[in-house]
Amino acid sequence: MRVYPAVYIRGLRRYSTYRAATLAGIFTNSVFGCINAAVLLALFSVRPEINGYDAADAVTQVFVCQGLIATVAIMGPPLDLGERIRSGAVGTDLLRPVPLLGWWLAEDLGRATFSIAFRGVPTFLIGALLFDLLLPTTFGHWTLFLASVALAAVIGFALRYLYELAGFWILDTRGIWAIVGLVGPVAAGMLLPLPLFPPAAADVLRALPWAATVQIPAEVMLGKESLPGGTVAGGLALQAAWAAALLLLGAWLTSLATRKVVVQGG
Amino acid sequence: MADLLPHTPDRPLERPARPVRTYVLLAWTWSRALAQYPASLALMTFGTSLGAVAEIFAVFVVFRHAGALDGFSLAEGLLIASLANLVFAAADMLMGMVEGLGQHIRSGSLDVMLVRPVSPLIQIATDRFALRRLGRVVPAAVVTGVALYHCDIAWTPGKVVMLPVLLVSGVAIAAAVWTASGCLQFFVADAREAANSLTYGGQALTEYPLSIYGKGVVYAVTFAVPLAFVGWQPVLYLLDRPDPTGLPDLLRHAPPFVAVLSCAAAALLWRLGLRHYRSTGS
Repeated sequence: MRVYPAVYIRGLRRYSTYRAATLAGIFTNSVFGCINAAVLLALFSVRPEINGYDAADAVTQVFVCQGLIATVAIMGPPLDLGERIRSGAVGTDLLRPVPLLGWWLAEDLGRATFSIAFRGVPTFLIGALLFDLLLPTTFGHWTLFLASVALAAVIGFALRYLYELAGFWILDTRGIWAIVGLVGPVAAGMLLPLPLFPPAAADVLRALPWAATVQIPAEVMLGKESLPGGTVAGGLALQAAWAAALLLLGAWLTSLATRKVVVQGG
Repeated sequence: MADLLPHTPDRPLERPARPVRTYVLLAWTWSRALAQYPASLALMTFGTSLGAVAEIFAVFVVFRHAGALDGFSLAEGLLIASLANLVFAAADMLMGMVEGLGQHIRSGSLDVMLVRPVSPLIQIATDRFALRRLGRVVPAAVVTGVALYHCDIAWTPGKVVMLPVLLVSGVAIAAAVWTASGCLQFFVADAREAANSLTYGGQALTEYPLSIYGKGVVYAVTFAVPLAFVGWQPVLYLLDRPDPTGLPDLLRHAPPFVAVLSCAAAALLWRLGLRHYRSTGS
């Protein structure tokens, strides 16, 4: 199948045209990273260790998070799919000889690749220059972290695809975004690292798919024992399981939705 | 609706503009339009209020772990956080839509606004006026009230009078920051996200006692971008706390003046940007 690589490349190139916006994004992510890092450093200067996290762990997670925000995009922006479902343009998408999910996955992974390379990496580098981050020391560990980031991108896509798919039933997904666009980032460990929450609440949040987009990649980078099974491999396995489960759910709901969709002519 | 069309023959153009009335009218029009989808509006208002709750909750978690940060207790920390949320949410509701300027330039809808006999700033600020942002103001106001009650404040008649003045000044300063950072898009159309580091970033910054960021940051947000006058200086005033960064106590009486200055600066920047603007004519 050559169509998926082609769609992937188009997704990548499409986002590479907005250079000023990319620079603006790096700037904003870095500013937010510095603000959050300063707050956490102030906190950890009073309490050196909270639930297994110390200052360096927390600041590293802050910049993993800022580097991943645009890539996993669970704070938005939504996939264009939602607007196409609302306007009926999704009819064109359904006429294509490739599955809806595969098409959008390829397009969004193109976007995610551009976003990691030209937005995530620079933001993280700025963080590493300004603060003492705990970086992996071996090549193998970096590779595992990269795998974790790739899985996070797939999970981020699968979640947003599901949000937009709801549009087949309720038409306007802005209401859904108003809720999940806020709950998701909190559960992901974007607002605060999950270990800062009360342990019971943190355990519940860890069990949800959003944690696999930021909290798990951060812990993979830090090599934390709080990962499932206490190992980096356990964290990656959890992410892979979420990616598979959410994509399967997406595929199943797509088949349900396309059976009921009626595209009116004109 | 007739007020929207003052250029009809019986309404000569030279009639004095009434910006506030026009603003309210346009905002009301948009609110009624969005209220046509009540379920969506309710859901989005609820979502917006969750945003304020989440941010204040984060401050609560941090202070619960820390006990106190830079001498500010949990209640005082929550006062700072909720005040920042309240003021920025109100400013966002009033002027936040200016950040959509780049989109108006790209789509050409700014040109349409320019030929209408109403200030384009008012038209942009009220475009899709989002009443749902009240959802953010309300929980922030409630927490502010509770925090004010729990903080050890020696209330004097002066403070009672100053509280609303400080709130209004804060909203005006934040609205000016919003407008000014939106104006950047006259010069760099894709700068929307960079502007967010001043607006939402400014809110995130002022949610904590500014002294934790160090003197450099405090000086920058006092003398360059006047965010310190939005919540930080008013809280120091209410708590009778000496400035931990050693800035003079006189500054805490400055918010009203800073508000006037920053609004003037924002207006100037808007005019400058509008003069700079060249339509593509498409």
